[in-house]
Amino acid sequence: MLGGMTAVTLQPFLPLPLAIVLAVVLTMIVGAVIEIVFIRWLYKPSVLRMVIITIGISIGIREVALHLWGNGVKTLPYFTGSSISSINLGGVYISSQVLWVVGVGGLAVAALTAFFNLTMLGRQMRACAANRDAARLCGIDAGNMVTLSFVLSAAIGAIGGAVVCPITYVQYDSGTPLAIKGFTVAILGGLGNSTAAVGAGMILGILESFSIWVLPSAYKEAISIAILLVILFVKPSGIFGSAEAARLKEF
Amino acid sequence: MARRYLAVAAFASLIVAIQMATFFTGTGYHLTQLTMTAYYSLVTVGLCMLIGYAGQISLGHAGFFAIGGYVAAFLTTWNLNPYQGVFVSLLKRSGALVPRTDLYGGTLLTVHPWLACAAAILLTIVIAYIVGGPVLKLKGHYLAMATLGIGIIVYRVVLGTDFLGASDGISEVPGFPLPGGLAIIGDASSRVSNYYLAWGLVILGMVLLLNLIDSRVGRALAAVHGAEDAAGAMGIPTARYKLYVFVLSAVFAALAGVLLTHYNGGVGPSEAGVMKSVRYVAIVAIGGMANLWGALSMSLVLNYLSLRGYFGTYDDAVFGVILVLIMLFAPDGLLRRHLLSDLKRVFSRDPSEEEAP
Repeated sequence: MLGGMTAVTLQPFLPLPLAIVLAVVLTMIVGAVIEIVFIRWLYKPSVLRMVIITIGISIGIREVALHLWGNGVKTLPYFTGSSISSINLGGVYISSQVLWVVGVGGLAVAALTAFFNLTMLGRQMRACAANRDAARLCGIDAGNMVTLSFVLSAAIGAIGGAVVCPITYVQYDSGTPLAIKGFTVAILGGLGNSTAAVGAGMILGILESFSIWVLPSAYKEAISIAILLVILFVKPSGIFGSAEAARLKEF
Repeated sequence: MARRYLAVAAFASLIVAIQMATFFTGTGYHLTQLTMTAYYSLVTVGLCMLIGYAGQISLGHAGFFAIGGYVAAFLTTWNLNPYQGVFVSLLKRSGALVPRTDLYGGTLLTVHPWLACAAAILLTIVIAYIVGGPVLKLKGHYLAMATLGIGIIVYRVVLGTDFLGASDGISEVPGFPLPGGLAIIGDASSRVSNYYLAWGLVILGMVLLLNLIDSRVGRALAAVHGAEDAAGAMGIPTARYKLYVFVLSAVFAALAGVLLTHYNGGVGPSEAGVMKSVRYVAIVAIGGMANLWGALSMSLVLNYLSLRGYFGTYDDAVFGVILVLIMLFAPDGLLRRHLLSDLKRVFSRDPSEEEAP
């Protein structure tokens, strides 16, 4: 939401690509500030405590956004083409923005996978996730890793917000449903597995879209959450996650 | 024992004192918000029982509130006149359905409010029981997200269902008749009686919860809160007790929803919103988690200020900020029994006492 909104705000003053980059950078800074101000100095915070704090912060951001931008629906222009133009792909007509979303999504996953598997920093971050104390013993600064993970996820969120903004529009309160959906997808795919998350995201999206066949479209939001609940009840490790990895985490 | 009822008596006299104050200063209109506050307080103390004493968080209590409110509103406004059958006439003869006239003089045949209330409570128990079982197996952020999800499902369903009024909600809900000519209704003439009825109910709920805490169940819950595995090893059926408290607090929320709907004469989807759930949790947190009196007094103050509009457009933000601050600086809640010793510990900065209870 923040990414989309900031991009919309900057768009009149800057060329579109620059506005989006700046929006992403600003959102990253916000993410870092939130982590440093609210999370970093806590002494061994429980996960629940952090969740409640972040929910509280998201409410705060929402309210600030409401007062900054009002409750109107905003949008960005299509990156290429316009809202009525489409591209013919083997007989299927697709809006060019959809291709942008798919492309950027794919790129983000590839970049994340490379980051976590190939770079030293990514491996350090995974070590922290698996066992914080052991990672610290190996000389990894766990605190910085948490900050970095906040910045990283803020950046990805902002990129996503900016890319889908032309299609879905953006509003001060469009963040919360997305957060829930993101959590659902993460659980569905198994936490800490970005490739599986993409598969899970597709499954969720398709299930949600097809639910309109049998249920009123107003229930669409409820469907994804019902799926989240079912997954949590039945297989909290996610469909693609291994039970072994899940045993390390506490549900 | 005596001390417990002393607190109840003190609170009851506070309620009377507030009414007297509004009577003598001629500000009786404050009682309307105070009555609504009472119903929200009922949700808060129920949730306080769940969070503070059973150690389980719920970010979906507005959902249960809305289930109660919507079932009551729907059944008491659903005109059964077009459905003249054997079943309907049988129900009518048994007194389950009552004829009444609407605002425009048309005749309605609707379910009796008491029966609607019973149906609402029953449905809440069933739903809470069904979802409570698997939900309470979860811990930490999974529990928070699952309960948040339940709340959002309720919100989306009431928002998307036509016969529940979609985004308009249900209005023209009749009053809730009580013996002795009283009724839970938003009339200016019955403002004082409703104020006492609502707070009387809250006090009744408090007595019930206070006794529960001091009972076998309450001690078992304290053990669960302290060390769940140890409690289980001692033979305490931890899962069952947690489920009981979850259902109980859901019933508190649903009952509050039913009665507030009758009092306001309507219910809207915002009652089921995430912000309402967050608000209840924030109030419990500032009240000191495992402190029913703290939760009740904070609910009285904050709900009243919010309903009177003192927070203006920052209404939701205030509760969000409260929640963040409490969780940052006092994750065990603000108003608690060890408040003084906590303060001392914070200022003396002695790390060796960090683990002290």
